[in-house]
Parts: sequence; structure tokens; C-alpha cells
Amino acid sequence: MKYIDEFRAGGLARQIAAKIASEADPLRHYHFMEFCGGHTHAISRFGIVDLLPANVHMIHGPGCPVCVLPIGRVQNAIQLAQIPGLILCSYGDMLRIPASNGMSLLKAKAQGADVRMVYSSADALKIAQENPQRPVVFFAIGFETTTPPTAIAIQQAQALGLKNFTVFCNHVLTPSAISHILQSPEVRTFGLVPLDGFIGPAHVSVVIGSQPYEYFAEEFQKPVVIAGFEPLDVMQAILMLIQQINTGRAKVENEFTRAVLPAGNIKAQALVAEVFELRRTFEWRGLGWVPYSALKIKSRYAAFDAEQRFSIPALSIADNKACECGAILRGVKRPQDCKIFGTVCTPENPVGSCMVSAEGACAAHYRYGRFRERNNAVIKEN
Amino acid sequence: MVQKGIVKPGYSRVLDLKKGCIEMAHGSGGRAMAQLIQQLFVTAFDNEFLRQMNDQACFPSSSGRMVMSTDCHVVTPLFFPGGDIGSLAVHGTINDIAMAGAKPCYLAAGFILEEGFPLADLKRIVDSMAQAARAAQVPIITGDTKVVEKGSGDGVFITTTGVGMVPEGIHISAENARPGDKILVSGTLGDHGVAVMAQRENLSFETSIESDTAALHELVAHMIAATPGIHVLRDPTRGGIAAALNEIAQQSSVGMMIHESSLPIQEQVQAACEFLGLDPLYIANEGKLIAICPAQDAENLLRAMRAHPLGKNAAIIGEIIEDSHCFVQMQTGFGGTRVVDWLSGEQLPRIC
Repeated sequence: MKYIDEFRAGGLARQIAAKIASEADPLRHYHFMEFCGGHTHAISRFGIVDLLPANVHMIHGPGCPVCVLPIGRVQNAIQLAQIPGLILCSYGDMLRIPASNGMSLLKAKAQGADVRMVYSSADALKIAQENPQRPVVFFAIGFETTTPPTAIAIQQAQALGLKNFTVFCNHVLTPSAISHILQSPEVRTFGLVPLDGFIGPAHVSVVIGSQPYEYFAEEFQKPVVIAGFEPLDVMQAILMLIQQINTGRAKVENEFTRAVLPAGNIKAQALVAEVFELRRTFEWRGLGWVPYSALKIKSRYAAFDAEQRFSIPALSIADNKACECGAILRGVKRPQDCKIFGTVCTPENPVGSCMVSAEGACAAHYRYGRFRERNNAVIKEN
Repeated sequence: MVQKGIVKPGYSRVLDLKKGCIEMAHGSGGRAMAQLIQQLFVTAFDNEFLRQMNDQACFPSSSGRMVMSTDCHVVTPLFFPGGDIGSLAVHGTINDIAMAGAKPCYLAAGFILEEGFPLADLKRIVDSMAQAARAAQVPIITGDTKVVEKGSGDGVFITTTGVGMVPEGIHISAENARPGDKILVSGTLGDHGVAVMAQRENLSFETSIESDTAALHELVAHMIAATPGIHVLRDPTRGGIAAALNEIAQQSSVGMMIHESSLPIQEQVQAACEFLGLDPLYIANEGKLIAICPAQDAENLLRAMRAHPLGKNAAIIGEIIEDSHCFVQMQTGFGGTRVVDWLSGEQLPRIC
């Protein structure tokens, strides 16, 4: 398929793999964090680990928007959905996230709540137009990639004079999460998470550009290579990171030049700035409270803010004690290090959010990579 | 000349198949129901067994092993490119029978109709079933109709049941896969699911993909004639080829290694899947089968499949390996290896 096959060619992959093998210094280890769930998914789905030398390690980062949303916010969404007459619109992955008491949006739906799976904010807007007598809430989640479409939906709702449409805003920011990881004691003080460089987000960077990462490269001396989500992009980015480290550089490089400009998409940024403003702090699953890491709807668009319309309470709900999602999201542990991975926690009965989304580290490993630990007794079969 | 006020014997008012719709009376056991059955179902499905008009159909049988299967159909939308719920209901059960290597003989059909459902649409569906059954030479010999209140169904649900005869000496079962066996598929994967999805209101994208819905029993007969020693047959419907392969691996207590570059997938299906974040391995098929046979028979079987119109894109996609964990693995076109897991949750509801 044009524009896809070119980035998945096995022959080219072997060439880059050979170059990585020849350039990686056998006397040291390389630890790279792929921030995005999209990269995690590509690495697992295409078996990229098989093409890397044993001393090149990939650490899964927190860039899965479904995974980082704390249970409290999911609980808020479930409570919204249970309001009689209300229609809650959500992206598909959110439906299965378990909240308190084993409840999820999907279970709420089975019990009679009107929860609709949508592919875009525009779908939610359409549902609101078609149901003028009923309140319609769009459960907005995601990093910078999905924020501009939410902004457009709010502006359109205003232009259309829609009184029944609101947005439960949970949009979060990539650079704040990366700096939080780099400043965490596990990385900075104790060295528990060896981190030599980052594969920077693909789609997020299309919106925010490559400039926001320059601070990390400079301040923390960690190279960042922005890469597309296709497997050859990932391989090329790994090679570029190794080359930077071997030559003692820590720069922001852009492998994804076919889509990412240094300044990003100015129009999208302006749109987001028009509708949203920074929250002072926001809770992330795994990372805890991260200052200035999320967006809220500006007061001039308050009529479309579900948090105000429905007085949504701030809920802080602790993760299941046995679940290691938090540590996995920080790169401290791997999915297979979690005691309940593949036993109590499976894609059918997820305990933690990392097992739900296809972009979550646990789901990706369970779905595509768990045969590598087949000799471990902990892996339970279906 | 018929006298005024005296009804002609055997006369019943003609159903308004253009503007009429299903009413509760059509399921009440009264005259309206008899009229619906006679004018719509019996007329369309017409055969000597149905004409007996009993609560059951009486048919001759020969000695030997028989198979029986039943399949419910709840697809939405009811009409999609390449087929509709009617043809799907006939093909689905015929294929389940054929996957034992059996010759399908008779079908039964049950209809749950929703009050208000247009008779014109019902006629279209029933005609499509009749045509599919006739083309497959498998008559629908008995059936049942129920009507539910508006809001309690979704237009029409159809259940079909079939019986078939297994030829002497044929032992095909999902527990028969052995390490070293080859895995074949009869054609391109994911066509049905993508064709249905493309018709969904909330997934508006344009494609010319048609459902592959088809009766596979003739292809199977052709394959068995060429290779009587086929170990396993299965039609990868819901959950796609991934689910079917995992089921076989579990039942046979074996592992599998398939090769991504050998999988026949139409470019449009691949594109739609990329666009929607789906994996064609998990998308439903309604006219494809997986065959597993000893390695030495594989080329012969492949030739036989390709010689049949429904198998012209057949391919050998992998082999059975020993694995106590029963993993289905795939060598990616990229050069790595990964698990092809069971489908978790619901990728797309109401696909067949």
C-alpha cells in the first residue's frame, strides 16, 4: 500500500538493523524511552526488538492518553453517564477502563447508561445536534494531537448555539510529562531508570513542533529524536540516538521531517490557545500531580465546560495495590515485572489502564510480545 | 363469477409488499401469520418438504455420520455491498456444516421480526435467502416466525440450522492439527468486515470492497477430492483469522507460525484498517476458510483450491509448530516476530 509499505519494508529494516549493530558500542548499554504509546505499539506489533542488539533497550514511556488518566477522572465520567437522559460520547478505548468497584463506562452502558463510542469530536457534536433535548457530554482525552479537534468542536457548538453540548476536558501536555520523568528522583537522583535518550512523539510533534524538546536536550543532556509511527521510522530514530550518544551530542533531531516542522502547526496552536488555558496542576496515573501539565476550558467558553455545568467533583482514587501501572508508566518497571500481569490482569479483565489501550505497555506486551517469556511460569494462558 | 360476500375457498388477501409492514398480528398465529408464511416464505423457499406444511419437515436419510449446526445472524446494516442478512444466514450455516467436510443437505430458518419492519425489506431478504439456498442446492425445509414489539428488536434477526452428511473416511476436526502441518487460507482476508463497516453511519468512508459472503461447500468438496487427508477446516468469521487460528491451536494443543508477507489482504482492506486502527487479522470473513494439512499434501491442496473460483487467491500462510503454550506467532514482514493473540473485547459489534 502506497505511503505505508515504504515504511515497513523488511529489506530496509535489515539494512538499518545491520547499521545499528555495527555502530552500537558493545562495551556499553543504551536505554531509550519511547514516550508515545504509538511507538510502543509499533515496536511490539512489528517485533522491532528482534532487530536490535541485546545492549539496546527500549523503555516504554507514559505517552498513552488512556493509560495516564487517573481513576478519579474515569469515575467522574461514569457518574456523568449515569445521569438520566445524558449521552456521554467517548473514544472507544476509554470504555473499558476499570474504575472503582470494577465499574467501567462499558458496564455502565450495559446497565442502561447512554454511552456512545465516537471516532472524533465532530461525531459527538453531531449527536448533540440530533438530540437537542438531551445533554451530550464529550469525554475529551488525549495529548496535543486530539486537543485542536476538541477546540473546534467547542467553537462550532458556540457558532451553532448548541445549549446541550459540553466537554469534559482531560487534555494533557507532553513536555510537562517528559520533564516530570527527567526530574523524578528515580531518574535524576537514584539512577533507577537509566535513560540515555528519547524517541520523541510523532503526531504530537506535528502540532507542537520540535522546538519544545530543546529544553530537555539542553538541560538534561538527553538526545531527542522525533520519529514517525512506522517501524522504519523507529529503527532510524534508534540509529540516530546511538549516533548522537557515540559522538557525545544531545540534540533534538527530527526523523519525521515529512510531517513535523520546528514550529509545528501554528494554526492548531492558536486554536488551542483560544479555547483552553493551563491548569495549575493535574493528576496523572503513575506520575502523580504534575504542575501545569493539562488544559482546561477558558472561562469565555464556560458554557461548554462539563466540569462547571455538572459541578464535577475532584476525586482522587488510589490504584489497585497489586497493579504496577504507575511504575510502568514511569519506566521503573516492565509489564512482565508486575505480579498480576497475564494472570489476574489480562486484556479481558484489565486491572490497570496499561492493559486496556492497545497503546498501553502491558496490552502491547501481552498481545504481541509475551511469547518471549514463555518459559516464565507467571504467564498464564487464555 | 364469485358471489358478493362469499369468500373464494383458499383465498387470502394479498400482502402489501410495497408499503406494508410487520404488525404484531403477523406473529399471533392467526390468519395474518398464515398469510405472511404462505405468500412470502413458502412462495420464496418453495420445495417439496416445505409444501408438507407441517410443524416439522420429514426427509429421508441415509446411514452414516451426520453433522448439525446452527447460526444466529444480527448484522447491522441489514444490506451491505456484496450481500445482506439473508444470504449471510444461508451461507453461514452451510459453511459451518462444510467445515466438517460434510455435504450440507437441509436448512431450517427462524425469523425474529420487529413490529413496523417494512415488508418490502423482508421480501428482499427472503428472496436473497431463497436465491442463496437454491444456488447452493440446499433447500430451506422448515422454519418459524416470531414478531416482537417495536423497540424490542432491530428489524430482523435470522437463525438458520443445517444438517449435513459426512462422506465415508473423512475425519476433519480442529483437534487434528499436527506439528509440521501447513496452514492455508482460501483467499483475501477481512473483506466482509470492512464492507459492513463502511456502511455504518458513524464510519463514513468510501470503498468499493464487497462482502465475500459465499457458500464454501463446493470448494470443500473439491478440496477433499484432491486431498482426502485434510486435518482441519474452519471458516474465520467473527474475530477473523486470529480467533480461528487460536481456537485450533488450543484444540490441537499446538503452536503456529504464520508469515505476514504470505497473507492475502486486499489493498483497500489494508487501507481501511490502517485508517481505523484495526488489524485485518481480526476482521470477519464470510466466504473464506482455513485449511490445515500434512506438509506433503500442501502444494496439491493449494493447486486444487486455486482451481476453484472461491479459492483463486488461496495461499500457504504458515505451519504448525510444537508449543505447549499454544501461541500463534507471526513473522512480521518487517523481520520481527510477535504473537497473534485472541481478540480481546469487541473490535466491531454486529458484524454477522
